[in-house]
Amino acid sequence: MATTACFIIVSRNDIPIYEAEVGVAAKREDAAQLHQFILHAALDVVQDLAWTTSAMYLKSVDRFNELVVSVYVTAGHILYFIHTRLMLLHDSRNDDGIKSFFQEVHELYIKTLLNPLYLPGSRITSSHFDTKVRALARKYL
Amino acid sequence: MAPVAPRSGDAIFANIERVNAELFTLTYGAIVRQLLTDLEEVEEVNKQLDQMGYNIGIRLIDEFLAKSNVSRCVDFRETADVIAKVGFKMFLGVTASVTNWDAEGTCCSIVLEDNPLVDFVELPDNYQGLYYCNILSGVIRGALDMVSMKAEVTWLRDALRGDDVFELQVKLLKQVPEEYPYKDDE
Repeated sequence: MATTACFIIVSRNDIPIYEAEVGVAAKREDAAQLHQFILHAALDVVQDLAWTTSAMYLKSVDRFNELVVSVYVTAGHILYFIHTRLMLLHDSRNDDGIKSFFQEVHELYIKTLLNPLYLPGSRITSSHFDTKVRALARKYL
Repeated sequence: MAPVAPRSGDAIFANIERVNAELFTLTYGAIVRQLLTDLEEVEEVNKQLDQMGYNIGIRLIDEFLAKSNVSRCVDFRETADVIAKVGFKMFLGVTASVTNWDAEGTCCSIVLEDNPLVDFVELPDNYQGLYYCNILSGVIRGALDMVSMKAEVTWLRDALRGDDVFELQVKLLKQVPEEYPYKDDE
């Protein structure tokens, strides 16, 4: 289990639609803002990188001290409408685990998208989704 | 001799045209989504779905009778059985079971364990009052109406609201006697 890990899903227009602190480290007061800040700063790098490769999983796109940003870009980066990025800020070096984590969360995300009552691009409020993501984080990170 | 009523809809289901299940599920989802956007009130959406179901039901019964070869049911028990075993199988591809009969045999529950309409669906907090599958109750009501049975159909359990199955209560209000609009000698 990673000591620090912050997971965010960013929709088109760079709006975060889901956020979870999945690390076990004791919470620092400014942690949430710091994590958001780092992830936000990494968005530009992601945008540039996503066009240079056909891979969906981009590892270690950015770093800040001990914290590394890994990103999983959904296939929609050509189709603007469903362009979504799954971003994880982590301090572990478990690449395989992170990749599996992203793939499974992507599955979950697709299921959420298929829900007719969910509007694409709106916040994911489903508690079921939240529970599943946290369980996956415990399993893989 | 009248043809023997089939006890299950498997054979008919195998012979009629089908559409892809996901296409069906998502199309229904899009309808509900659009109704929620247009009508804004969840209660209104429930009513509208029921009305749409009714309109489907009064037409669907014709196709049902044409293809299923069922003969006249002797009582409401048999009617409910045919709906659950043949009707649901024929049009939704699932089988329902009939339980909870009351003493007079006019009220029962149709239990659906598997419901293709609700794949992928999760009710968000702001739509908790929505009966997502309300179209089904309308269909049954409409179909029964056309075979001169006035019925009231309500949801008792809904898997989207945390129950384990879908349960529809069908209550027979009255059987309308058949009316002949003309006399034989005219």
